[in-house]
Amino acid sequence: MIATAARGEDLIELRGVTKIYGEGQATVRALDGIDLTIRQGEFVAMMGPSGSGKSTCLNILGCLDSPSQGSYRFADVQVEHLSLDQRAVLRRNFLGFIFQGFNLLNRTSALENVELPLIYRRMTARKRRELAMRALADVGLADWADHTPSELSGGQQQRVAIARALVGRPKVLLADEPTGNLDSARSKEVMEMLVEFNQRQGITIVMVTHEPDMAAYAHRQIQFRDGIIEAIQ
Amino acid sequence: MILWEIYLLAQRTILRNALRSSLTMLGIVIGVGAVIIMVTLGSGATVKVTQDISKLGSDILYVRPGLGPHGPGGVRAASKPFELADARAIENSVAGLRAVAPTADTAGQAILGSANRSTTISGVTNAYFTVQGWQLADGRFFNDAELKAGKSVCVLGQTVQKELFGTVSPIGKAMRVGKISFKVVGTLQSKGASTFGQDQDDVIVIPLRTFQRRIAGNTDVRNIIVSVEPGVSTQAVKTDIEGLMRERRMIKAGQDDDFHVRDMKEIIDTFTSTTTIMTALLSAVAGVSLLVGGIGIMNTMMVSVTERTREIGTRLAIGAMREEVLLQFLVEAVVLAAFGGILGILLGLGASVLGARLIGVPFIFKPGIVALAFFFSGAVGIAFGYLPAQKAAQLDPIEALRYE
Repeated sequence: MIATAARGEDLIELRGVTKIYGEGQATVRALDGIDLTIRQGEFVAMMGPSGSGKSTCLNILGCLDSPSQGSYRFADVQVEHLSLDQRAVLRRNFLGFIFQGFNLLNRTSALENVELPLIYRRMTARKRRELAMRALADVGLADWADHTPSELSGGQQQRVAIARALVGRPKVLLADEPTGNLDSARSKEVMEMLVEFNQRQGITIVMVTHEPDMAAYAHRQIQFRDGIIEAIQ
Repeated sequence: MILWEIYLLAQRTILRNALRSSLTMLGIVIGVGAVIIMVTLGSGATVKVTQDISKLGSDILYVRPGLGPHGPGGVRAASKPFELADARAIENSVAGLRAVAPTADTAGQAILGSANRSTTISGVTNAYFTVQGWQLADGRFFNDAELKAGKSVCVLGQTVQKELFGTVSPIGKAMRVGKISFKVVGTLQSKGASTFGQDQDDVIVIPLRTFQRRIAGNTDVRNIIVSVEPGVSTQAVKTDIEGLMRERRMIKAGQDDDFHVRDMKEIIDTFTSTTTIMTALLSAVAGVSLLVGGIGIMNTMMVSVTERTREIGTRLAIGAMREEVLLQFLVEAVVLAAFGGILGILLGLGASVLGARLIGVPFIFKPGIVALAFFFSGAVGIAFGYLPAQKAAQLDPIEALRYE
C-alpha cells in the first residue's frame, strides 16, 4: 500500500487543506488553506495559541479527521479518498499516537496496553508479547510490565504510551501535547526519548505543543495562527 | 481482531466489574431460571398425572349416562340412568372384556356411636375391586349371597376406618350408614389422594343391590366401568359398547347419544392439555422477566460505553475499525447474557430437582428447553447489546479522546 520513503524524502504533503466546522452564519474555518510538507525522519513541532488550528491539523495528519477541502498525501496515498475503514488500517499500520492525557487503559497492565495496537494487526499472542516487552524495554520500563497505569508515575505512563505508539514500528508518531501533564524534569525525559527514537529509528515525529522549550527539540517549528501557517522556523 | 481475542477481552472486562456484571446478569438468571423451572415442573406434573391415571388402568372405559366429556363429573342428571341389565348386556355381548363393574354412589353419613363422618357411599359388585385395583387390608370382599340378597355389609376405606374405629379392628363390628346398620366385613388398602385431589380412601363400599334398595331406593346404575383384556383395542370395545347402548336405549340413527363412553386416554389428554396451557402461561410470564433482564443489560452497556469513551477513542486512534469496536461491545453484552443464561439454567435445574421432590412429581430433564433458554439469552444479549455497541462504534474519535 505504501512504498517506503527513504529518510529525507517527502512523506506527508498537505495542499490547500481547509477545515470548516459548522454551517451558515456559525461556520468556523479551523484551517484555511494550509500547505505543508513533512519529510521522512523529520521532527516537527506545531505551535500556536489555542484555536489556531494546530490540533485540527494534527487530527487531519492522524487521519482522525478529514479536510473539507484540499488534498493530503501520505507517502503515495491520497488520504482524502480513503474510506473510514481504510483510514483505520492506515492508522494501525503507519501511525502512532501519544496524547496529553496518556490515554492508557485503566486496570490493564502496561504490557497489555502496549500490546493493544498489535491486537488490531491480528498478531499472535506470543509475537505481541515479545514485541511489547521489547518496546517497554526501549522506554526503560521492562520491570514495570505488570503494573497498571495507576501504579505508575505520570512520566512512566507517558513512556508506556510512547511504547504503545512505537511498538508497531510506525512511520509517523503524532504527539498531542505529550508533556502537557508533566513537570519539567519528566518533560525533558520524555522529549529526550522522542529525540532518541527520531534519530535512532528515523521515525517522523509531528508534535503539537505550546511550550517553546519543548518545541526547541524539533527540527522545524511551525507557527499557526487563525487557521493559517504564520511562520516556519 | 479475531473473535477469540474479543471474547477474552469481554470476559476480562466482565470479571473486572464482578459486582456490576452479576447484578446485570440477575435479570437473565431469574428469567431463564424461571422458564426452566416452569417447563421442567410442568412436564413433571404432566408425567405424574399420566402415570396416576394409567395406574387406574389405561385399559378402562367409563360408561355413563348423559353427555360427555365434562371432566370427571359429567352431565348425567338429564339422561335416563342405566340399569343392572345394561351392564349384563355389555358383559354378554361385547368381546374382549376382563370385567364389567356397574356402580352407583351418593354422599352419606357414616356413624359409629358419637363419631360420624360425611363420606361417599358406593354400591358395587366384586368386579369393582378388580377394575379399580383395590386391595384388601383385612377381612374379605362380598360373597355371592350378600350381593344377591343385598345384605347390609360394607367394606371400609382407610380414612373412614380411622375416623370411626381408630386403631381398633372394625372387622365384624356394626356401624351405621344414615339410619341403616351395616356389618363391616373388610377394609381396603390405602390408595391416597387421586390425581384430582380427592381422598380415594374416604369411601364406604356396599353391595350394589343393597345400595339400590336401601339407600337410593331405585334400580339405577350410575356408572359402568369396563376393564378391557390386555392386547384388546379399547377403541374397538368403545365402538361396540356405543352400538349396543344406542340399540338398548333406542336411539335412532342420526340422533345424538344420551350417554358417553370415555377411556383413560381422553381423560389423560384433558389433563395434559390443562397442564400444558398452565406451563405455557407461566413460561410466558417468565419470558417477560427475560426481556426485562435484557433491558438491564442494555442499561449497563450504555453506562459502560459512556464510561469507556476515552478507551473507545484510544482504540479508534490506534487503528480499530468501527466494526471491531461494535463487535467488542456486542460480544460483551452477549457474553453477559450467556453467562446469565448458563447460571439461570443451572439454578433452574437445581431448583427443579428440589421443587419436584417437594411437590412429589418426577424431575424431567428437557434438553430442548435448556438449549432454547441458552440461545434465547444469547439472542437477548444481541438484541439489547446492539444499540449500546452501535453507540460506541459511532463515537467521534477526536471527541472521544478528549472525553473526561
